[in-house]
Amino acid sequence: MDLAPGIQSALHPRGPDAEAIAHLTWILIGGGTAILLAVLAIAAFALWAPLERRAWAAKRRFVIGSAVVFPIVVLTALLIYTVVVEASIGKRGGEPAVRIAVIGHQWWWRVHYLDSQGGLDFVTANEIRIPAGVPVELRLESVDVIHSFAVPNLAGKLDMIPGRVNRLRLHAHAPGVFRGQCTEYCGGPHAKMAFYVVAERPEDFEGWRASQRSPASAAQDALTAQGQALFMSHCVTCHTVRGTDARGTLGPDLTHVGSRISIAAGILPNNRGTLAAWVSASQDMKPGNLMPSMNIFSGEELRALAAYLESLK
Amino acid sequence: MAADSGPAPLPSSLPNSLPRPPGELEALRRIWQPPRGFRLVTAINNTYIGVFYIGTAFLFFVLAGVLALLMRTQLALPENNFLGPNVYNQLFTMHGTIMMFLFAVPVVEAVAVLLLPNMLGARDLPFPRLSAFAFWAYFFGGISFFCSLFFGLAPQGGWFMYPPLTTTTYSPGIAEDFWLLGIGFIEISAIAGAVEIIVGVLRTRAPGMTLERMPIFAWAMLVFAVMVVFAFPAIILATALLELERAFDWPFFSPARGGDPLLWQHLFWFFGHPEVYIIFLPAAGMVSMIVPTMAGKPLVGYRLVVLALIGSAFLAFGLWVHHMFATGIPRLSLAFFSAASMAVAIPSAIQVFSWIATFAAGRTQMKTPALFILGFLFTFVLGGLTGVMVAVVPFDWQAHDTYFIVAHLHYVLFGGLVFPLFAAFYYWTPAVSRNALSERVGRWVFGLVFIGFNVTFFPMHVTGLAGMPRRVYTYAPGLGWDTLNLVSTLGAFLIAAGVLLFIVDVARRFRLSFENHAGNVWNAGTLEWLPNGYYANRSIPIVTSREPLWDQPNLAKDVEAGRYYLPGAPTGGRETLITSAIDAKPQWILQMPYYGWAPVTAALFTAACFLLLTVKLIPAALVCAVIAIAALVHWAWELDPGPSHPPVPIGGGITVPVYVTGPSSQSWSAMIVLILVSGALFASAVFSYLYLWTVSPEVWPPADALPDIGYAGAAALLLLLSSASVAYASAALSRDARGRALTALAAGVLLLVCASTVDAYAVWQTGLSPSATSYGAIVYTAFGLQAIYVAVVVFMAFYTLARARAGLLDRARRVTFDNTMLLWHYTVAQGLTGLLLVHGFPRFVP
Repeated sequence: MDLAPGIQSALHPRGPDAEAIAHLTWILIGGGTAILLAVLAIAAFALWAPLERRAWAAKRRFVIGSAVVFPIVVLTALLIYTVVVEASIGKRGGEPAVRIAVIGHQWWWRVHYLDSQGGLDFVTANEIRIPAGVPVELRLESVDVIHSFAVPNLAGKLDMIPGRVNRLRLHAHAPGVFRGQCTEYCGGPHAKMAFYVVAERPEDFEGWRASQRSPASAAQDALTAQGQALFMSHCVTCHTVRGTDARGTLGPDLTHVGSRISIAAGILPNNRGTLAAWVSASQDMKPGNLMPSMNIFSGEELRALAAYLESLK
Repeated sequence: MAADSGPAPLPSSLPNSLPRPPGELEALRRIWQPPRGFRLVTAINNTYIGVFYIGTAFLFFVLAGVLALLMRTQLALPENNFLGPNVYNQLFTMHGTIMMFLFAVPVVEAVAVLLLPNMLGARDLPFPRLSAFAFWAYFFGGISFFCSLFFGLAPQGGWFMYPPLTTTTYSPGIAEDFWLLGIGFIEISAIAGAVEIIVGVLRTRAPGMTLERMPIFAWAMLVFAVMVVFAFPAIILATALLELERAFDWPFFSPARGGDPLLWQHLFWFFGHPEVYIIFLPAAGMVSMIVPTMAGKPLVGYRLVVLALIGSAFLAFGLWVHHMFATGIPRLSLAFFSAASMAVAIPSAIQVFSWIATFAAGRTQMKTPALFILGFLFTFVLGGLTGVMVAVVPFDWQAHDTYFIVAHLHYVLFGGLVFPLFAAFYYWTPAVSRNALSERVGRWVFGLVFIGFNVTFFPMHVTGLAGMPRRVYTYAPGLGWDTLNLVSTLGAFLIAAGVLLFIVDVARRFRLSFENHAGNVWNAGTLEWLPNGYYANRSIPIVTSREPLWDQPNLAKDVEAGRYYLPGAPTGGRETLITSAIDAKPQWILQMPYYGWAPVTAALFTAACFLLLTVKLIPAALVCAVIAIAALVHWAWELDPGPSHPPVPIGGGITVPVYVTGPSSQSWSAMIVLILVSGALFASAVFSYLYLWTVSPEVWPPADALPDIGYAGAAALLLLLSSASVAYASAALSRDARGRALTALAAGVLLLVCASTVDAYAVWQTGLSPSATSYGAIVYTAFGLQAIYVAVVVFMAFYTLARARAGLLDRARRVTFDNTMLLWHYTVAQGLTGLLLVHGFPRFVP
C-alpha cells in the first residue's frame, strides 16, 4: 500500500483528463486571486483614500461597470472556455482498451473485468489495474446506497447510483499507483472505503490479467494447507476463491487477494500481519463494516489462515 | 364592510396637534404592557418574540458550534480514536442540520420579527400570535430534536439525507425519522414567518413610505418570504415522501420498484439552493442598513440593490442541479446549470460594489459593526469566487464532495450570514438594551473570529484539492492532509474563543430594555432608531424619504409628542395602521390581540404530537393533537371580530374603519400566501409524478388499465359543483340571505366529500398498491394531498357554520367565510389538476 502526499491529489494529475482539469484549476485559482485582490484594493481605496479622490467610486456608473459589465465579460469567456474543456474530457484516446464494471457496496468495491463482448471475464475487488497510455472505461454501479468513485490523479469523480450505470474514463500516461476513495457519504465507515488504481505497462497488464483469470493455486505447504482448511470451514459463506468450493458472494472475491497492494478496501497494507489482524478484529479497524470480527482462532490458526490468504497471488 | 375605495390624501401639516389629551399615553402604555414573570411565555409582541427567537437561534449556533469543535478534535490527527464513526456521523449530520435549519433561517426571521415593525413604523407584525406560535413550535421542536443526541438517536444521514442510505433498509430505527419530523417544525415556522413578513412589509408601512422609500432590509425580507413560499414546499414534499417510504414502504426512491434516488436530490436541492439565498439575502439586507449608517451617507444604487435582491431570488431557483454535477446527468443540462450558477454572481456583485461605493461616498466610523462588515466583505467575496470555480463543471468533478466544498460553503455561509449577524448584534443592541456592547471587547471578538475563521477554513481549499473527501470520521496519514487538518482544528478553537468572549460581553453588558434602551448611538437614519416602547412609536410617522431621521430633523421629537398618526389607542385595544401596498396611504386600523396561552399551548402540543409519532406512541400523539387543535380553535374563535367598532380618527382629518373584508383584508392576503404555498407543494408532487414516469415508464399503466374515465368525469363535475355552491353561498351572504348561504355551504361540503370518495374509489378498485411500484406510491400521494386539503376545507366549513350558528357570521362580518371560500376554490383547482394528471396523462402519452 502506498501512502504518499499527492497520490490522491487533483493537483498531481497523471493522465490527460486530470491534466486538463488541473490546468483549468490553476487558471481559476489565478483569476480568482487576482479578482479578490482587486476587490480588496478597491474597498481599501474606498474606505481610506482621501475623500476628494474617491468621488468616482461613489457613483452608480462605477457599480454597474464593476458589478455588471466586468462579470458579464469575464463569466462569458469563462463559460465558453470551460464548456470546451468539459467537452474534451473522456473523449481522448479512441476506443477504450479495457472495460471494467465497478460496483459499489457498503464499504468495498466489487470489480468485474469484462471481455470484448461485454460479458464477465473475471472478478476481483478493491483494486483496479489498467494498462498505461490508453483509455479504460469504467461502468459504475451500486447495489445498495449511493457511492462515488473518485481517483483524483486520473479523473473527476462520478457517482454510483443504484438503478443507474454511469460511465467514467480513466487514462494514465505512465505506470504508477493512484489512490481513490468513496466520495459520497454512504454511512458507517464511509471514511474507510478506499481503493487503488495501478497502471502498468501493457505487457505487464496482460500478464496480470492472465493470472487473474486463472483459478487459485493449490496450497504449497502444511501451513497454507491448514489455512485453506480453516478458510473452507469459516469463510465460504461470504467469499469466493475460484478453483475451490468457496463460492460466497456477500464479500470480496479472494481468489487472488495475495496479489493486491492493499486489503480491506484500500486501508491496510497487504501482509500476513494485517491479514491476521483484519480477520480477527475487522470491527476494530473498520467499525460497522459488514464482516464480523472472527475472533475465534488461536494464534497458530491465524498464522495459517494469513499464510494461506497471502499465498493466493 | 369593504375598505374605502380611495386612499386618504396626506395632510400638509402634522396630523395631530398638541397638547395631547391627558391619559392618552398612559393608556397606550397600559394596553401594550407585556405579561410579567413566568407569564412572559404568553407574550406575543414582536419585541419579546423577536428576542426569544434571536436568543434561541444563537443558542443553536453555539450548540452546533460545539459539535463542530468535537469533530475538529477528532480530525486534528490522522487515525484518531477520540470519536468513532457512529458518533462522528451523528455529529456532522446534526451540525449541518442545526446550523441550516435551526440557526440560519430562524435567525434572519428573528431579526425581522424584532426589527421590521419598527423599521416600517408599525406597532407590531400583522399576526402576532402566529409569530408566537411559530417561535414556540421551533423552540420545543428544535430542543427536542437536539436532545436526540443524548439518546444516541440523532440521525446519521448527513444534513441532506440522501436515500437509499436514509431508507429503513440502510438506516433502520427512528433516528432518521427524528430528522424528518424535526424539520417539520422549521417548515411551519418558515411558512408562518413568510406570511407574516409579506403582509407586514406590504401593508403595515408608515404613511408615505412608498416601496421606493422602504429600508433595504424590508425589501430583503420581502424577497426572503417569497422565496420561502416557493422553495419550502419542495422539501415539505420530499420529507413527506421519505417518511412514507420509511413508514409504509412506498418506493419513491428504490429503483427495484420504479423509484429513483435522484428524485430526492432534485426535490431537496430545488429547495436547498434557494435556501442559501434565503439565508444570505436578509443578511445582505442587514449590511445595506449598517453600511450607510457607518459611512454617514445613503446607500449608493438603492434601485440597483433592490433589483439585485430580486434578481438573486429568481436566479436562485434555476441553479439547483449544480449540486448534482457528479451524478451522471446529460451534458446539455450541465452547461445550462453551469451558466446559471455563474450568472448568479452578478446580482451579488452589484450589492458588494454598492456597499463599496457607499463607503467611498462618506467617512466611515470604524466601530465594531464596520469591522464585521469588512470581515464579511473579504470572506463573502472569497466564498463567491470559489463558488464561480465550482460552477465550472470539470473543476467541480474534482472538488465536489471534498473539503474544497466544505471550505466554499463555510466561506459563503459564515461570511455571508455570521459576520453580518455579528455586525447586526453590535449595531442594533443599543436599540433593545440599556447598554451598547463593548467596543474594546468587540474588536477582540472580531479579531479572534475573523482570524480563527480563516485559519480553520482557508487550508480546507488545499485539503480538498489534495483529495480529502467530506464526511469522513478519520483519514489515513501521509497523504498530505495531516498538517492542514491540525491547523484547521487550531483555528476552530480560535473561533470558539471569540464566540465565548462575545457571550461574556453580552452577559456583562446586555440588559434588555424596550423603554430605556441606549438610543441612536450611531446616528442612523431609519425608523427603528426612533424613541420607542412596547407600543413601538408613540405615533406613526409620515415618511418622506429613505432616511427619515436624517431628512426630517424634528421627526423624533414630533413622533414622541404624538403629533403624527394614531398617538393613542382609539379602539381601546392594540392596533396598527394598515396602508396601501405601493404608496403607503392609510387604509384601515388592524385590531390586534393581547397576550394569551393559546399560541404557546398549541405549539407545545403540536411539537409533542410530532415527537410522540416519531417514537411511535400513537395514542399519546393523538391526545396531543386533539389538545393542539382545541387550542387552535380557541384562538381562532377570537378572530374575525367584525365591524364591532365604528371607524376611528387617526389624525389629520382621516377616519378609517377598524375591520374590512375582501381583498384588502390582511386575512385574505394571508390566505393567498397559503394558497401559493399549497400550489408549490402540489406542483412538487406533479413534478415527482412526471419525473418518476421519465425514469420508470415501465411501471406506468397502459391506458386500458386505468380506471374508467367516467370516474374522473364524475369527480371533476362534483368538484366544480361544490365550487359553484360556495360561489353561490358567497353571493347569497353578500345579499344577506344567510340561510341560503349556509345551506349552499353545507351542500358544497357534501359535493366535495362525494368527489373525493369517487376519486378514492376509482383508484382503489383497480387494485393499485402504493407499495408495489413508484407509480402506485405517487398516485396515492397525490390523492392523499388532495384528501388532506379536503379535510381541512370541510373542517373550515363546519367551523364557519358554527360561527354562523353563534351569530358571529353575517353580511358585514364574513372574513371567516371568505377564508374558507378561498381555500375551497384552491382545493377544487388542485383536485381538478390531480384528476387531469392521474387519469389524463397516461392516456395522452403513447
